[in-house]
Amino acid sequence: MFKVDLKKKILDANEQCAFENTKLLAEKKIFCLNMISSPGSGKTTILAKTITDLKDRLKIAVIEGDIKTDIDTQKIKTTGAPAVQINTHGACHLSAEQITAGLHNLPLETLDMVVIENVGNLVCPTDFELGENAKLVVLSVAEGDDKPAKYPAIFSKARVLLINKIDLLKVVDFDLERVKTDARRLNPDLKIFSVSAKTGEGMQNWYDWLLGQHG
Amino acid sequence: MVAQSLLAAISAEAAKYNARPISAKISCGRLYSINEEILCFAFEALAKGTPCEGLRLMIEQKPLQVKCRNCDKTFEVDINSEINCPGCGSSDLDMLPDSPLLLEEIELEEKD
Repeated sequence: MFKVDLKKKILDANEQCAFENTKLLAEKKIFCLNMISSPGSGKTTILAKTITDLKDRLKIAVIEGDIKTDIDTQKIKTTGAPAVQINTHGACHLSAEQITAGLHNLPLETLDMVVIENVGNLVCPTDFELGENAKLVVLSVAEGDDKPAKYPAIFSKARVLLINKIDLLKVVDFDLERVKTDARRLNPDLKIFSVSAKTGEGMQNWYDWLLGQHG
Repeated sequence: MVAQSLLAAISAEAAKYNARPISAKISCGRLYSINEEILCFAFEALAKGTPCEGLRLMIEQKPLQVKCRNCDKTFEVDINSEINCPGCGSSDLDMLPDSPLLLEEIELEEKD
């Protein structure tokens, strides 16, 4: 019997592929966000509103990840932005290889940004690098203010937190300050924007940040 | 995906040494969504009928480390508690990158 010391990265294949995606995006001078949240937090609505409002300033394309259907891609396409759908058929997250395929179906030469809307899930997508520049986590106030405490990984790894549906704050018990404190505990530099993609409240601050990322 | 990648990596090593894999040790940071019971179950199911069938999987979770921006002290933390630097009391902290998901070592047995 003998031991072999390996120290080998188990997700090496995914990370290699993510690295290639990063290289391709950098070559094309495209900023890429990996958007992660629970199902129903409003990711697609935020994107559609953002794309429409920034139409003249940023060319954004979307890679949609869903278990089934192209409902979200259709919604994005109504804004005129390019969008490609990836169906994972049961898998709870996107992998870097799927993003490579998605990128090759987008008009990269014409784009400033690509947003990857990951499969609705606050857990698994966090572990899989896709080649993005930053992770964006969305939390809607209807989900409750205990989410950063319960799902620390994504709130630790994200660069931006969008707290969505603040138009509902009057009717739900949601302590905004608690969320901010819990989220910043292990991520002091986390950018937090409170928004309502429906009413437009707070969206300008998010747009300013986004515009700042595009060299 | 983790179990699949793990099986592929262990199988490749075993084939390289022309030996039978007995056990494997993996490690990862606290922020990984790795549940020992589920991973072992998935691995067992995938390994059935392969040379890795019956392999013992050991998983070590590495603590999160934080560095104080005020005094540069590095220390381990529990993610859900109030955190202050044990050196200077500051709450201005940097979280260090979570340990990657690693296949640390495998134990092999020569084939008869």
